[in-house]
Amino acid sequence: MSEWIRIPLTSNYAAAYAAKDVDVDVVAAYPITPQTPVVERIAEFIANGELQAEMIHVESEHTALSACIGAAATGARVFTATSAQGLELMHELLFIASGLRLPIVMAIAARALSAPLSIWGDYSDVMATRDSSWITMIASTAQEVYDSIIQAYKAAEHSDVLLPAMVAYDGFMMSHTYEPVYVAKDRSIILEFVPKKKPSWNILDPDKPITIGAVGNPDWYYEFKYQQVVAMENSRSVLRQVFEEFSKKFGRWYNFIETYNMDGSDIAILTYGGLYGTAIEAVDIMKKQGLNVGTIKLRVFRPWPEEELLKILKSLKAVIVIDRAISFGAALEGPVAMEVLTSVYKKGLSTALHSYIASIGQRAVMEEDIIAIVKKSLELLEKGVVITEKPVYWGVR
Amino acid sequence: MTSHVKRLAGWREIPIGGAIIQPGNSAERFTGDWRVFKPVINQDKCVRCYLCWVYCPEPAVKIVDKPYKASSGREWKVTFEIDYNYCKGCGICVEECPVKAIDFIEEVK
Repeated sequence: MSEWIRIPLTSNYAAAYAAKDVDVDVVAAYPITPQTPVVERIAEFIANGELQAEMIHVESEHTALSACIGAAATGARVFTATSAQGLELMHELLFIASGLRLPIVMAIAARALSAPLSIWGDYSDVMATRDSSWITMIASTAQEVYDSIIQAYKAAEHSDVLLPAMVAYDGFMMSHTYEPVYVAKDRSIILEFVPKKKPSWNILDPDKPITIGAVGNPDWYYEFKYQQVVAMENSRSVLRQVFEEFSKKFGRWYNFIETYNMDGSDIAILTYGGLYGTAIEAVDIMKKQGLNVGTIKLRVFRPWPEEELLKILKSLKAVIVIDRAISFGAALEGPVAMEVLTSVYKKGLSTALHSYIASIGQRAVMEEDIIAIVKKSLELLEKGVVITEKPVYWGVR
Repeated sequence: MTSHVKRLAGWREIPIGGAIIQPGNSAERFTGDWRVFKPVINQDKCVRCYLCWVYCPEPAVKIVDKPYKASSGREWKVTFEIDYNYCKGCGICVEECPVKAIDFIEEVK
């Protein structure tokens, strides 16, 4: 591990270190709680000469992502970061970035959406970008934030993909808590993994003029959207390769999903972000109490990792999905639960699915809550509840 | 899909992201079929002032090296012609012509 140094970093700082170590050319971002320290740290890296990049100071997130789009269109390696309202202000540009097929990478300190105003963490902002054609990864540790951003560039810039990618993590619970993180001593080992090559996308070049962002009339628009469908599909195998290559090269293993204590358990808690850590603790406590359940972490949300999930789900009696955002008025208001249910039904599995909503607006979810959720589900199973009619809104008064 | 439309290129054959990678290819796209009214220059009335050529936003007014002798006996070295492949029928030339030499005729197709 001599190529690495182990230092204490928040997930925000881990994101900034990743941007530095992939040697980004342009950063355009607007500070918003709880993402602000990402941009502050990058500004420091540029100021002290550790990173040779252009920092574009903008007046809003709408402009931040617009500037990133412009910069990426010239072939630059581009980074931005935001949270909550900032991500919403970027919303229309999310579709332009993906529609123009620009491999921008963005870190998101996931935060609840106003109103009422909440600066605290949940995944309402990330889930609202669901159909924007961005690769979406959700990290559970600061190390994973650092590693995922590096992986995101490699996948996004692959010529079979060329889609933007976001890496999300819990606002505050991760963005502002320190963990030990291995970062590269010298960025050259990272750049061997994500080399800065001639751009694989169509770029703006005065010597070879092209037009981007032109109108797509009804004769053409559909074909460009279908290209995005194919690109997202391609990203599955590309991400698989990227995870494998990363694991082999750097010795830190990643996949679309992660599991804990699944051997011999026929009930699993599925969640995402930092809450997975709490779920692991809860699993350990339950094991001591003689209750054997496992836990699954959803690490990649888009593309939806159906194959990887089903491998685990097919042998389960029940999966308990703890969602951290609400899809108001949906068939099942837990956004991830709804996707899991679709995959389960598509393959005709008989796995029970219990949907829970928790940690909204960073309402505390402790190990005891997760244990109580499992006990509640065991009762529901005894009563013969296969699929919860509605999510259980855990802890709401 | 309507059967009379010639098959356009599929998603595999077009540049990704809707990029237009050949500069100047708008010339390949005829805009003349947008027209409802068609400007027709009366060569006898035309005083070759160039205003239609100046104002045409397309531009679809061509200056052709073709001498013309008007009924008054005046001889012109050039002729103004409308390129109907691109003329969208906006009528600006009709409006701007100082001698009302351009007729605007409804096209029935």
